[in-house]
Amino acid sequence: MCGIVGLYLKNKALESQLGELFEPMLIAMTDRGPDSAGFAIYGDEVPEGSIKLTLRHANEDYDWAGLAGKLKTELNVGVEWFNNSKVAIFKINTSDGIAEAFITENAPDVLILSAGQSIEILKEVGLPENIAKTFNLKGMKGSHIIGHTRMATESAVTMEGSHPFSTGMDLCLVHNGSLSNHNRLRQELQREGIVFETENDSEVAAGYLTWRLQQGDTLNEALTNSLKDLDGFFTFTVGTRDGFAVMRDPIACKPAVMAETDDYVAMASEYQALTTLPGIENAKIWEPEAATIYVWERSSDEGVK
Amino acid sequence: MKTINLTECTVRDLNQALHDQTVECTEREWEVLEPKGQHNIACGLDQNISVDIKGPTGYFCAGMNKKAHITIHGNAGQGVAENMMSGSVRVKGNASQAAGATAHGGLLVIEGDAGARCGISMKGVDIVVKGSVGHMSCFMGQAGSLVVCGDAGDALGDSLYETHIYVKGEVKSLGADCIAKEMRDEHIEELSELLNRAGVDEDVTAFKRYGTARQLYNFKVDNTSAY
Repeated sequence: MCGIVGLYLKNKALESQLGELFEPMLIAMTDRGPDSAGFAIYGDEVPEGSIKLTLRHANEDYDWAGLAGKLKTELNVGVEWFNNSKVAIFKINTSDGIAEAFITENAPDVLILSAGQSIEILKEVGLPENIAKTFNLKGMKGSHIIGHTRMATESAVTMEGSHPFSTGMDLCLVHNGSLSNHNRLRQELQREGIVFETENDSEVAAGYLTWRLQQGDTLNEALTNSLKDLDGFFTFTVGTRDGFAVMRDPIACKPAVMAETDDYVAMASEYQALTTLPGIENAKIWEPEAATIYVWERSSDEGVK
Repeated sequence: MKTINLTECTVRDLNQALHDQTVECTEREWEVLEPKGQHNIACGLDQNISVDIKGPTGYFCAGMNKKAHITIHGNAGQGVAENMMSGSVRVKGNASQAAGATAHGGLLVIEGDAGARCGISMKGVDIVVKGSVGHMSCFMGQAGSLVVCGDAGDALGDSLYETHIYVKGEVKSLGADCIAKEMRDEHIEELSELLNRAGVDEDVTAFKRYGTARQLYNFKVDNTSAY
């Protein structure tokens, strides 16, 4: 089953309330996915030439300060960091991949959940309500956020198998449905150099989009191509640094509903998840059509395109 | 009139109160406030009562309805009026996919648009949609009528048995074994009556009729030898 939700703010004045607006949306989808939950939040950007990493260690008391110290002295880079439960956000002023390589080599038990200038991914096994509480979702700020509540089908109930999945810079994906050609496609993408952490079908969809974007596709083109190459049932919500996209497969069995006002665009698997949004009574509400790509993006200084 | 607010009780409480009317009808008019997209609202009713739901509903609202007259003052989620037997259901907004699925009787009116698979496997219900319907509408329809005042999506009437389909706007594509048919006097009469019952004012001569070509396997008498 699974539930997916996304909230993209058009009105910048609401950015300080993003987590507060989003938390009830995620929790409303508990019935669709009670075994794990997660979200990717965009905001608090690091400048060009820097990178922000979401790191995770199984031990809550992991020595993040030690890792940050090593990065500073051995790579001679500036590092700012804070931790939140088992996750730490590292902001590092280098962007050529050396920090990720250093962490993979020197701290192999640290998992890199996301990399980019804006994205942070937080996910765990458990009830959405508990996960929101663990990470203090309510207090988070940002421009847009996508989330997922999981009822596992294609792979184990683990933190690694929970959504969102990120396989490229600032890109992540949440998925409701199941893909039937993920094994073969994973092999093909691995040959193209895409790295996968799990056996999960949705990670393959994320990897596929990363690969297409690397080939020079725009987000719209990458999603159009995925309609041809992915076999199975899906409603996707995709987050990028600048915005978010929603797409359903040509059969469109998996539900999706969207709402738009002057202040925001929201998507959810079910309308129930939208009822707490301000002004929802007068929002434009519609079901995204099958095999149709919906994208909202903001350019750097003019707001919404 | 009895008013029930769904922020003050559960859907199960509401449905139980409505089911209690089956044995002895003590209240003809019901109003449901703050449905907030919850599932299974006013399901399995079996009494000549009217229920006004003031807001959007989730999945299967008014499912399995018998005799009751249910109005949703908002949008309806998946499977509204699924397997309805009799009575009527009116959606003031849009309906999600599989509206009126497998319904045997009664009247379903959708004042906005309906999503994909509207009237899938319908077995005798009459459905009138003032707006448009999505893809695969009336798939395997067996009896009853579907009236669409707007457009129809891909594969309308795929693998149809005997449902009558009337569409005023464009049909994106017809499904397997579904063909356009002549509008004869009896069809004009049937359509006029359906629009009249639904309270929809449209020019009946602007509609086209679609139905089964009766060319699929089940229609071939030769295939009975397999049994």
